Amino acid sequence: MQVVIIGAGEVGTVIAESLASEHEVIVIDKDEDIAEKLQYDLDVLTMAADGTSLETQETANVGNADMFLACTDDDRTNLVACGTAKVLGDPFTIARTKSVEYLRTWERDNTAFGADFVVCSDLQTAEDIVNVIGLPAAIDMELFAGGLVQLAEFQISPDSPLTGQTIAQADRFDSLTFAGLFRDHEVLIPVGDTVIEAGDRAVVIGSPRSVQSFAKDVAPATTPESADDIVIVGGSPIGYQIARLLEKRKLEPTLIEQNETQARELAEDLPGTLVMQHDATDTEFLSREHIDEADVAVAALTSDEQNLLVASLAKRLGVERVISVVENSQYVELFEEIGIDVAVNPRTVTAEEIVRFSFASVAENLAVLENDQAEVLELELGAESPLVGCPIADLDAELDGQFVIGAITRDRSRLTPRGDTVLKAGDHIIVFAEPDVAAELASMT
Amino acid sequence: MLYLAGPLLFPLAVALYYGESVLPFLVAIAVTLAFGGGCRAVGDSESELGPREAFLSVSAIWLCIAAVGAIPFLVAGVGTIAHPVNAMFESMSGLTTTGGTVLRDFSIHANSVLMWRQVLQWLGGLGILILVTAVLSSLGVGGAQLMETETQTRTVNKLSPKISQTARLIWGLYLGLTVLAIAVYYLLGLVLDPRMDLFNAVAHAFTSVSTAGFSPEPMSVGAFHPAIQWAFIPFMVVGSTSFVLLYYAINGDPRRLLENEEFHFYIGSILLLGGSVAALLALDPSLNFGVEETARHGLFNVASIITTTGYASTDYTLWDPASKHFIFMGMFLGGMVGSTTCSIKSLRWLVALKSLARGLFTSIHPEAVRPVRVSGRPVDEDAIRDIYTYLLLSIILFFALTVFVVVDSARVGDAVGEFDAMGAAASTFLNIGPAFGEAGPYGTYEGFPTTTKAVMVVLMWIGRIEIIPVLVLFTRAFWTS
Repeated sequence: MQVVIIGAGEVGTVIAESLASEHEVIVIDKDEDIAEKLQYDLDVLTMAADGTSLETQETANVGNADMFLACTDDDRTNLVACGTAKVLGDPFTIARTKSVEYLRTWERDNTAFGADFVVCSDLQTAEDIVNVIGLPAAIDMELFAGGLVQLAEFQISPDSPLTGQTIAQADRFDSLTFAGLFRDHEVLIPVGDTVIEAGDRAVVIGSPRSVQSFAKDVAPATTPESADDIVIVGGSPIGYQIARLLEKRKLEPTLIEQNETQARELAEDLPGTLVMQHDATDTEFLSREHIDEADVAVAALTSDEQNLLVASLAKRLGVERVISVVENSQYVELFEEIGIDVAVNPRTVTAEEIVRFSFASVAENLAVLENDQAEVLELELGAESPLVGCPIADLDAELDGQFVIGAITRDRSRLTPRGDTVLKAGDHIIVFAEPDVAAELASMT
Repeated sequence: MLYLAGPLLFPLAVALYYGESVLPFLVAIAVTLAFGGGCRAVGDSESELGPREAFLSVSAIWLCIAAVGAIPFLVAGVGTIAHPVNAMFESMSGLTTTGGTVLRDFSIHANSVLMWRQVLQWLGGLGILILVTAVLSSLGVGGAQLMETETQTRTVNKLSPKISQTARLIWGLYLGLTVLAIAVYYLLGLVLDPRMDLFNAVAHAFTSVSTAGFSPEPMSVGAFHPAIQWAFIPFMVVGSTSFVLLYYAINGDPRRLLENEEFHFYIGSILLLGGSVAALLALDPSLNFGVEETARHGLFNVASIITTTGYASTDYTLWDPASKHFIFMGMFLGGMVGSTTCSIKSLRWLVALKSLARGLFTSIHPEAVRPVRVSGRPVDEDAIRDIYTYLLLSIILFFALTVFVVVDSARVGDAVGEFDAMGAAASTFLNIGPAFGEAGPYGTYEGFPTTTKAVMVVLMWIGRIEIIPVLVLFTRAFWTS
């Protein structure tokens, strides 16, 4: 596969590194020194030029490339680069953006900016952190359809209330589907009378909120409740997104932001969050507000120094779990060494997402479970797809029931699939299936 | 001003139909045309209208129309309203949709004069709707800017981008509701009660949709069949509901109205207070109402007071003190912002209460930033401050008027009880209509001293146009540049 990457920053380098061994990779960066250095570090071809210019892209033969990844630090450069690439040919284009605004524009119309996929680093980071906070018991988790649909895999322990229940009995969560069970290294596609046994791993698909309440049932000890204290320090775009996503899961965080105007704006935008305007390093304030008794603290300030200070302070005060955003990927280990529970680097998160995606460009989105025993795909149905107009029950009979449609999104809102739901063109379906069935389904879109 | 001649033609027609004297209205029309024409000749339409000019013209127009409205009463020269102060009281009470009367004997007045009172109230309701939607909201009086931010999305600020367009839509809605009310009252009257003839149907439709409360019947709505009384309740309630939200509801978006927090507060206050009063009535041994009667009298009178209409289905001054105090409390509530209602209004109370609760919360967590939210949307801090100002001004003016009523009555040798004085002060200043004691729903304000009535005229005027436009005229800053 021919891959062109624009931007040899941290994100671009990580991606180039993971793709270089199997694919033909060209990296374009404005900076000559960086481009030259990368050429020796990795087995890739580099160009020192402006990645948005038509001439550069023609030279790099973008028109014939299979994949075009725009991952500079500048949102607009990335979007323009994708648009230019689409002028030259039809590579699968992925743009990295920081701003959620551009992502929302693209979600409205997937042809916007000439991008076939947009990875928003702030949102992606926030989603990762929220999953770490909200679903510590999950073995695997993934978001689909722009965050509308959540997948999670849980180990069923012997004392779980679900043990010994049938799927029909356990199916008491709104808009949640039991997609599959892994038992003794085998995949089970569950039907109504399948009994859940201790030791099973259950894969559920549904709204983030329903998955959250399912987690509370499966692993009550570790899953946070709305009464639990979650403190976010810093109203940065990432901090804001974390609060917003937690609100969606009915968890009500506290957000500390020092800037007065920003605090007011955040408070207006986040009705379910308690916003406090103060210096988060003031220990007197922290103990007065009982921040030391919080279950989770997230440091989401804009500088690593501040995050380090806040995170270690929180740890010292006795906060149970401390998570920090770390801008510089080299500090990630340092943070974890001094006792911060989880350090998250937005660039690494973005690179991982882009890499995961570039392998799965056929499907819109893909999660591989239990060493590829099963896959979860997000598929968009085209107008000519044989699946269109088909009730799910008929489809089930046709394909021998070897798959489960976990969720459907139509016009950016979620539908809970039932036997009589009829699929329409433009629907996004999130399917759980064994790899060969998954491939068959992917070919039917 | 010129346009006022139009509505005057209506009682003129009534006078012709009943073969009564048309002179009162001809004189009023002549004065209107002369005065309006004069204004137009002198007026310079080129000059720009700033906030100051808007305050001044709003206040002045209201006063002038009230003065013209008094002319037919004076010229007719019958009964108590032949006295200039009484005539002015009746006209102002009509135009401000108050509904407190100085009439003693209804039977001696010509039908056309009685109809003119109703027309004045209908005009007052229409005027306030246009004033609130077009003028006061843009001046941000007493938190009135909330009406826009609160009912619409952030991007669309009014029903239509043009103020004149918005005013026209609301005007149409008001007219439609009035016609509907006429039809309902008339049809019910045909079937159930001959007293509800076309004259009464029109007269009451005019004053229920405008939440005003005049009635050509001395017994008010109590004169009619119970089913007709029930039919009044929805029209009073709708008249006090935000017309912008009503407009959306009629155009297929009822959720905007049904999910509106002010609407919940407003309806909740009617049900809660109405329920409490009904319960008290049921427990009162001196009254022996049936079940339907108890529910009707409780709900009707509370709805009438909260919507600031001021009809009565029975004489509530005869009730026990507890029920009367509930009625008194209801006077201060009012309906929704952006309707024909008067008084302080639900939105202001809602914001004030929420802001007070926020105050308690932040005294424990001083660093917490908690925007006050109504229907999920944050309320601007400036608007909250304006609302506090408005509440405080209302309460000060109410107390001042109460003291004045007591003192002035004492001056002429009348003893007015404190509660009756408070009731009369609240009822006029907050534009409700009936009060307690002498000025009860079946009573009259005629007995108050002339000076008291004159002051009440001024306060009805101040209260109706949201206090501030009038009060700023008395500040030095208004007149100096």
